[in-house]
Amino acid sequence: MRLRFHRSLDDLNEKLLVMAGMAEQSIQRAVEAYRVRDLSICDLVDRGEVAINRIEREIDQMALDLLAMEQPMAIDLRFTLAVIKINADLERVGDSARSISDRVRDLQRLPQVEVPVDIPKMGSLATDMVRKSIQSFIEADADMAEAVLTMDDSVDKLNRSAHTTALVMMKEKPESAAQALHVLMISRALERVADHATNVAEDVIFWVRGADVRHHVREADGVDTQSMPAN
Amino acid sequence: MGVGIEVKDLNAWYGSNHTLHDITLNIPANHCTALIGPSGCGKSTFVRCLNRMHETTPGARVTGSVRIGDVDVYNGSSPVAIRRRIGMVFQRPNPFPTMSIFDNVSAGLRLNGFKNRRALDEIVERSLKQAALWDEVKNDLKKKSGASLSGGQQQRLCIARALAVDPEVMLMDEPASALDPVSTSKIEDLIFELKSQYTIVIVTHNMQQAARVAERTGFFLNGRLVEFDSTHKIFTNPSDKRTEDYITGRFG
Repeated sequence: MRLRFHRSLDDLNEKLLVMAGMAEQSIQRAVEAYRVRDLSICDLVDRGEVAINRIEREIDQMALDLLAMEQPMAIDLRFTLAVIKINADLERVGDSARSISDRVRDLQRLPQVEVPVDIPKMGSLATDMVRKSIQSFIEADADMAEAVLTMDDSVDKLNRSAHTTALVMMKEKPESAAQALHVLMISRALERVADHATNVAEDVIFWVRGADVRHHVREADGVDTQSMPAN
Repeated sequence: MGVGIEVKDLNAWYGSNHTLHDITLNIPANHCTALIGPSGCGKSTFVRCLNRMHETTPGARVTGSVRIGDVDVYNGSSPVAIRRRIGMVFQRPNPFPTMSIFDNVSAGLRLNGFKNRRALDEIVERSLKQAALWDEVKNDLKKKSGASLSGGQQQRLCIARALAVDPEVMLMDEPASALDPVSTSKIEDLIFELKSQYTIVIVTHNMQQAARVAERTGFFLNGRLVEFDSTHKIFTNPSDKRTEDYITGRFG
């Protein structure tokens, strides 16, 4: 038994879960800051992002050490690769939260107008995707990870609808164009968060099943099923 | 050129100890195939069955069939003729200590009655070049003994000696386990070069080495071949739980 090695894998796992918790919390807080227009919550998001960046570097270092010292194989190799990639995606979730927090600050400096985009709903969906993708990682559950992939469409749809709404508002109420633009950018950040959650879920599937499901590629023949015509 | 090896229902015993059980596999020509597994799993016994060295141990016996190219190893072929087609390199380099470098490489040919001096010179040079040793020893071929070389050079000398008789298959039983990392890299580079001309079977405990040099890998456990697949598959996503447990260090 490689006891020290398996302890290191457990440590890496625990550290990633800490990171996941922080990333999930940051996006929740950013959406809450928008909802209640509270700049003190924005400060929390900003501080959280700094902490996420620090832990990202620590995880990268741990994974690098594991690869260099222990040369993991098979499921352990896939796990280590998945952790490295999930780590990067979670850090980007933190970036997105920070970007939302910046937009909330910008909005606070402008006259308050109603932009009819359901940011709390998008935030709830995106946060739910992050939470479920992390849960699938904790439970090594590829089926649960697959369920996350199917949720991405709803967020994409809401983001497209936000585009339309913001464009109409910019045309019809040019005096509110800045507010519409900020809300559009928040919607875009949430759509990115959902994409990162999708990436995490794909990495969980890769780790657990050894199958690459990115970009809808069929493993056997490398055909991109997304670009294939429907029968 | 290398030839493929077909093994069918191979069983081997040391006295009453049944060490290999029903091994069936096809080793492709001009590729490197690695055999991995814990100590005592039967991988070395397996390669020793390929060139009929197993039977040289008192009480040892073999059943089943091994075909190397068109030759049936255990049916109508002499062990000497078989071993001429199959070179073997062992864990510890074993040059003839009192012979010069030249005599070490040419020993096999001279033993077979090869006397053409000029051709012998050419073969020794070609073999040492193939073993990536020529540049290091070309000025001392007849002055220095094989034993005066470093461990890594001695192992490449043994590879040159095996190549000199122009085999079709090279069996390597942990060829780099007694060598430092630089010498190990040279042996691995060599394996990579040689497999275009020979069929190579390597037994190794170093799984990274197997991953680096072999296209196919077989995992042995308790005298049985548990899994035989592409090296990529074995080391990234093996089909059998026992293979995964072994290569991830969860047992042994």
